[in-house]
Amino acid sequence: MKLKLEQIAKSYAGHRALDGVDLTLADVRSLVLIGPSGGGKSTLLRVIAGLEYPDAGSVEINGERVVYEEAALLRHRRTIGTVFQAFNLFPHLTALENITLPLEKVHGHGPAAAAEIARQLLARFRLEGHAARRPAELSGGQRQRVAIARAVSIKPRLLLFDEPTSALDPEMTAEVLDMIKELREEGRDFILVTHEMGFARQVADQAALLAGGRIVESGPAQQIFDHPATPQAAEFLAKVLKY
Amino acid sequence: MGWSQLFIASRTPGAPPPPLPVRVLNCLLVWLALSLVFFFAFHQLAYQWHWQAVGANWELFVNGWLCTIEISAAALVLSTVLGLLLALARRSRVLTLNYFGRVYVEIVRGTPLLVQIMILFYVVAPALRVPDRYRVAEGVVILSCFSGAYIAEIIRAGIESVGRSQLESAQAIGLTRPQIYRYVIFPQALRQTLPPLAGQFASLIKDSSLLYIISIPEFTANANAVNATTFSPFECYIPLAVGYLILTLPISLWTRRLERRHKFET
Repeated sequence: MKLKLEQIAKSYAGHRALDGVDLTLADVRSLVLIGPSGGGKSTLLRVIAGLEYPDAGSVEINGERVVYEEAALLRHRRTIGTVFQAFNLFPHLTALENITLPLEKVHGHGPAAAAEIARQLLARFRLEGHAARRPAELSGGQRQRVAIARAVSIKPRLLLFDEPTSALDPEMTAEVLDMIKELREEGRDFILVTHEMGFARQVADQAALLAGGRIVESGPAQQIFDHPATPQAAEFLAKVLKY
Repeated sequence: MGWSQLFIASRTPGAPPPPLPVRVLNCLLVWLALSLVFFFAFHQLAYQWHWQAVGANWELFVNGWLCTIEISAAALVLSTVLGLLLALARRSRVLTLNYFGRVYVEIVRGTPLLVQIMILFYVVAPALRVPDRYRVAEGVVILSCFSGAYIAEIIRAGIESVGRSQLESAQAIGLTRPQIYRYVIFPQALRQTLPPLAGQFASLIKDSSLLYIISIPEFTANANAVNATTFSPFECYIPLAVGYLILTLPISLWTRRLERRHKFET
């Protein structure tokens, strides 16, 4: 994936969440966004997802510029799989129906074909026993895994994970991270916002540190984690890796 | 077992319900108390009961009751459609629609149904040249206009109960705006709204009794008519109360069941 972010700015009620984000990556498989809370990671991800209109700047994915107009954004969102921190699934639908809904209503698959795709995915991620369950009957980890399966089911050109494990306990976190790792090994392109530094280091080939709405440092993940160039990055990493 | 256990339920949460004999005993006590009050009151009145005169008019009662059911059922459907449209109007970004929804709901909910019936029937309908043979249909429309305002608020609350995160997920998977309503908001809002909606329908049935003032031959109007010729108000109005109760009680019980089920689901 080629990713080019130019001078992206976004304010909410006077607060500058993004203050001119620049990032150009010629070839990236997995990008991880790290940084302190309120630093702009989630906002940036939502801008890339086409869920938020930037006040200024541009996003280019594989040389294609994202047009921030409702009709174009609708098409854009349909090529991207987004997974949020929690409440991704629709509570009135079963796990299977949660996956088939976009396949049928957005991507034009027939009901049988959609169910087949959903079943295969659930089986692959060892969730087949939960196909007929509603979100309320699933554990937090299972819910996130179904949500990821849904995001993957549409064969997106890019997956976006917005702190997919921050609402989970450690055991469930592990099962979700395992799944993301599996997708990584499969060669899926993704951008991940996370506080799981150990995991970020394992799966990411590129990392960017956001603070105060700007990119403080970016580059190959190993390099950033092991030899941060800026004092700000060094300080952040020292803090989060202390325990 | 102490005496108190005959009358007072356990304080422990999740304790089994009181045994059947205890419940029956307490029901009987309530029934007895109510009977005593009414028996005493009617006894004081020294009322001469004339059930025969009223019994001879049983057909009017049955026809009126059936007419009430028809009007209520039709108004139920129409007011739901109207309520839905008003709820959407109130959420609309088109300001004219939005304000119309607001003004409509406030005016209709803030004024007596009696006045609304009068104005719609004696002012608006003649202006629109509605022929008199559509009187029952007019009644249905008037009742629906009234009930629709309440249903609009119920539906709006239901729609607003669907969380922001749900809308966001729906957007993220690429659903269009109408699809988000159709597949995400409405199915969830429906569950929220069913109990209050059922309650509103019970009210609607009772409110239909006010249509007697425009001489629609519904239940109340016919009971009034029988009273006018037989001069036996209680023999007319007690069956009236029972007739309405037969319609509203099942709805009320059904509402309670819906509420219980909803509690388990979330």
